[in-house]
Amino acid sequence: MRRKEQFASYLFLLTACISIAAVILICLFLFANGIPAMREIGLFNFLSGRVWRPSNDLYGILPMILGSIYVTAGALLLGVPLGILTAVYLANFCSRELHRFLKPLIELLAGIPSVVYGFFGLVVLVPFVRQTFGGSGNSILTASLLLGIMILPTIIGISEAALRAVPSSYYEGSLALGASHERSVIFAILPAAKSGILTGVVLGVGRAIGETMAVMMVAGNQTRMPDGILKGIRTLTSNIAIEMGYAADLHREALIATAVVLFVFILIINVSFSLLKRRSV
Amino acid sequence: MKTLFQTFRLKQLRYRHDPFSLAIWLLVTLATLATVAILLLLVGYILVKGVPNIHLSLFALEYNSENVSLLPALINTLMVILLTLTIAGPLGVFSALYLSEYANRSNRFVGWIRLATETLAGIPSIIYGLFGMLFFVTFLHWGYSLLAGSCTLAIMVLPLMMRTTEEALHSVPDAYREGSYALGAGRLRTIFTIVLPAAMPGILAGVILSIGRIVGESAALIYTAGTASQIATGLFSSGRTLSVHMYNISNEGLYISQTYATAVVLLLLVALINWISNFAAGKLTKGS
Repeated sequence: MRRKEQFASYLFLLTACISIAAVILICLFLFANGIPAMREIGLFNFLSGRVWRPSNDLYGILPMILGSIYVTAGALLLGVPLGILTAVYLANFCSRELHRFLKPLIELLAGIPSVVYGFFGLVVLVPFVRQTFGGSGNSILTASLLLGIMILPTIIGISEAALRAVPSSYYEGSLALGASHERSVIFAILPAAKSGILTGVVLGVGRAIGETMAVMMVAGNQTRMPDGILKGIRTLTSNIAIEMGYAADLHREALIATAVVLFVFILIINVSFSLLKRRSV
Repeated sequence: MKTLFQTFRLKQLRYRHDPFSLAIWLLVTLATLATVAILLLLVGYILVKGVPNIHLSLFALEYNSENVSLLPALINTLMVILLTLTIAGPLGVFSALYLSEYANRSNRFVGWIRLATETLAGIPSIIYGLFGMLFFVTFLHWGYSLLAGSCTLAIMVLPLMMRTTEEALHSVPDAYREGSYALGAGRLRTIFTIVLPAAMPGILAGVILSIGRIVGESAALIYTAGTASQIATGLFSSGRTLSVHMYNISNEGLYISQTYATAVVLLLLVALINWISNFAAGKLTKGS
């Protein structure tokens, strides 16, 4: 009996270690395969090289780094204001019946697979951008629009929870001082939920920068330095997904090194996320 | 729409001397309308274009370039879901059990586990795919296979399973455990006969969320489970899931109408999963 208890407690401990083991394994395999390539190409050449041409052994990922940053920034420009305003409406403005109708819609938006988003971008957004703004339609702008839509549910969900967690005394105090409902929400509740909303934005950044398939389907994927939001771009994620299928030798290792760079980006975002969370608790 | 306009007139009257409040109200209302409009446009467009293209031939048992059948991919998806849950389910539940029932809070080890799961939760799926390819496919010589894909996905959904299970375990009142101990049951018996059954709805909700992620995943599967278009014949056989299938036929660009139809099936699947999850959540709150 006691032996069984002991065995179970060790078993549970062992399974709990698996997540640690997984992180270590992922780091190990990425770094072991990526670092040698970085050394061979030269870290500086790799990170700041403007030309990616594997057939000539030119591996510069600056265009892809900038591509990821531009597309993510564009997505934030659309997704953050729209998401926060929608969250404010859901948390403080809509009736309970309306909320019961809207909430599942937002959850559906969160559950739609990225391939479906990508396909929607391909058949609706790309022609739309082509006809309204010119260019081929496969562009930074299209990818930003699509990603902006995709990060909406993340930002709405977390911001709404943060807004609802603000003690009602803040709101009531503001009302008692004569402020209108709208002013109380914006000047009393919203600032109090600031760190929670920021958490949502950071998670949205993580989702936007890590998104692969949807961006790949609409961004054009040219490996050149970004020039203008109506021109195509390739992100770090799509670089890996596009070329991994046929890459070999140094090319393959350079792709893994691309993943290492992406991984470091994500780690930075994660660290700032947990710092934010610690501060908000 | 009509009531919205009436509310607007009412607000306009009330805020005659306070245009700022009126502007805020307008802004948040319009933002919500825009969000809903985007969703309706997306779902509506795909339904309108896709539903007329759903034919019986899409559900043929064998894929060929004539019928572009999605049934093999659908069956592969089900297999991947089952396999992934078989791996990640016990791992997630046991880890959560350790965290909430065994470890004491001051344990430094717990901090490491939490850090690890938070890191895992933030890693983009393409990196999981790359890792799966390097480790399961190449290093372990499994090749492009259902097993490699499922193991990759299992690591991916593990943080989700752990978090939801832990929350479910925390919501079980301590009185249940104390009652069980008082009756002379051991720790293990208490967990399996009292705590876990009480936490079941929450754990199920986590399982359903995981299924949603597995169904939607494509980037992590292309280089682990591969893109073979037929029904996988075994654990070590390659097979593409519905999302990967949709990506492939959309990429080939020859089967636009079938791609619309596949998108409809995917959307319906996701909507169904969401509905079940809401249903389970409703049951959960009613129970407590």
